Amino acid sequence: MEIKNLVFEGEELSALRLGSLYRKYGYSQYKMSKFEQYDLYVRNKDFLISDSVITFTDTNGKLMALKPDVTLSIIKNSKTGEGIKKVYYDENVYRVSGPTHAYKEIRQLGLECIGDVDDYCICEVVSLAAASLKSVSDNCVLDVSHIGIVSELAQAFGIDAENKKEILRAFGEKNVHEASALCKSCGVCEDKIDVLKKLISMHGSPKKVLPALCELVGEYVSKDALSTLSLVTEQAEKNGFGDMISIDFSVINDMKYYNGIVFKGFVKGVSDGVLSGGQYDNLMQRMNKKAGAIGFAVYLDMLSMLSENTDDFDVDTVVVYGENASADEVGQLVRKILGEGKTVLAVKSIPEKLRYREKITLA
Amino acid sequence: MDMLNVALPKGRLGEKVYAMFEKAGFECPSIKENSRKLIFENEKVGVRYFWVKPSDVAIYVERGAADIGVAGKDILLEYQPDVYELFDLNIGICKMAVAAKKGFRDDTRKTLKVATKFANIAKNHYAAQGRDIDIIHLNGSIEIAPILNLSDVIVDIVETGTTLKENNLEVIEDVVPISARLIANKANFKFKSEPIERIVKGLSEQTEAKND
Repeated sequence: MEIKNLVFEGEELSALRLGSLYRKYGYSQYKMSKFEQYDLYVRNKDFLISDSVITFTDTNGKLMALKPDVTLSIIKNSKTGEGIKKVYYDENVYRVSGPTHAYKEIRQLGLECIGDVDDYCICEVVSLAAASLKSVSDNCVLDVSHIGIVSELAQAFGIDAENKKEILRAFGEKNVHEASALCKSCGVCEDKIDVLKKLISMHGSPKKVLPALCELVGEYVSKDALSTLSLVTEQAEKNGFGDMISIDFSVINDMKYYNGIVFKGFVKGVSDGVLSGGQYDNLMQRMNKKAGAIGFAVYLDMLSMLSENTDDFDVDTVVVYGENASADEVGQLVRKILGEGKTVLAVKSIPEKLRYREKITLA
Repeated sequence: MDMLNVALPKGRLGEKVYAMFEKAGFECPSIKENSRKLIFENEKVGVRYFWVKPSDVAIYVERGAADIGVAGKDILLEYQPDVYELFDLNIGICKMAVAAKKGFRDDTRKTLKVATKFANIAKNHYAAQGRDIDIIHLNGSIEIAPILNLSDVIVDIVETGTTLKENNLEVIEDVVPISARLIANKANFKFKSEPIERIVKGLSEQTEAKND
């Protein structure tokens, strides 16, 4: 057993790997406090994964919250007109976690690129998201989508705002039957419903999907959205992530905040997405920042599902010493065993169900 | 080969669903042997079925213990699991409805007392109308709640309406139509999309044939 693996397991190891990956691309770590004024979250409630926030009253009477999210704080503190800011963070956040319906402390690692976001930045962030997944597991998929495509299509078909929300939900669920029923009730014609149905079911490698996509929606959707999507996937392929990128329109983040490229990462063996992100220019605007932004977060807590504890032993050597053994004798033996690069547990009686390689008795 | 894990709802609906899966090319003969086993495998076609309580199917799928499963729309609306809803099987058709004692008049000056198993569905239905309600969560025999004046109305699944009639109740409002849906775990779908899409195709051919 290597000492290295003993110390850094699962979550810790992933965090170190990801941090060093982001530093390689010039992202600097952004450290922040655990608390934030509750106000910030009330104004942007829908941006949060869950709207339950743990609050408390600060000594000055202000209502504070344990951070449920990091991105909002980074935006709040960012100054615009400074070119581009590339940061990554590794923080604990406090929110209701997925199917458990209970508050949890969740370690979240992510990066944000704020300011004058251009095509290169978008490509870099998407490729870094892919690299993050790859560093966790070889068997992974990064679903990439462009919110503009779905949104513009809904607009072109004359679907109003209220129903557009429902259509987006149907996209997120790959729910072809409800989407088509909804379109029918909005008076969309059969041919157009067919386009929508095909788009919902569409997924796969960019090589396969892109030509079909252009043909399907080319007449309804602006060239910009399609060309950004193709540029991003093409660059990811050049960076060596071609096999794990998939275009999938079920990645639907809230349109109030997100625009443009959005993506979600999956790792085999984890039942939910482990990475999520996208361009959130709309959120920047809502917070009165005149700048673009793109970023993503990796949910390290989800990765704990991956770490199969394959260690066959809890400890290499167990030293069982009797009443008469002196502290010096036991200490000497322990030092010797440690010197051999093994782990050691010195006890008077062996704990129940302990798995060990060898036992040394010291009378 | 990776097996495709399928959670089926125990009971009559589940048997119907299995028959459809079998027709779609995912047969597993051992499932028909009368036994108390809950898990059945057919390695040849790469599928593993298991019987679970109908209301638990969504949990197995959301948490990834099952790749796909079949659950009623009522369960999906109530628990809102984060899953793909890939297909409407058009079986197990019924509706969610509001029922009350025959001749009931809604007194809008008072908070409406609603007895139901489906608290979220009831809440959303009345929230959309802006009606203030008091939810009484029951686990069964909902029909007796209005009779004993425990509640004004009930929100429940109505299939034929016989139970309602026999208890002197009637439907006063439809909430939403219900049928069985094929759901899939979002992450597992990425890694097993080929067999899952084959099932969707097989199932849709059957429902289309039925409609023709």
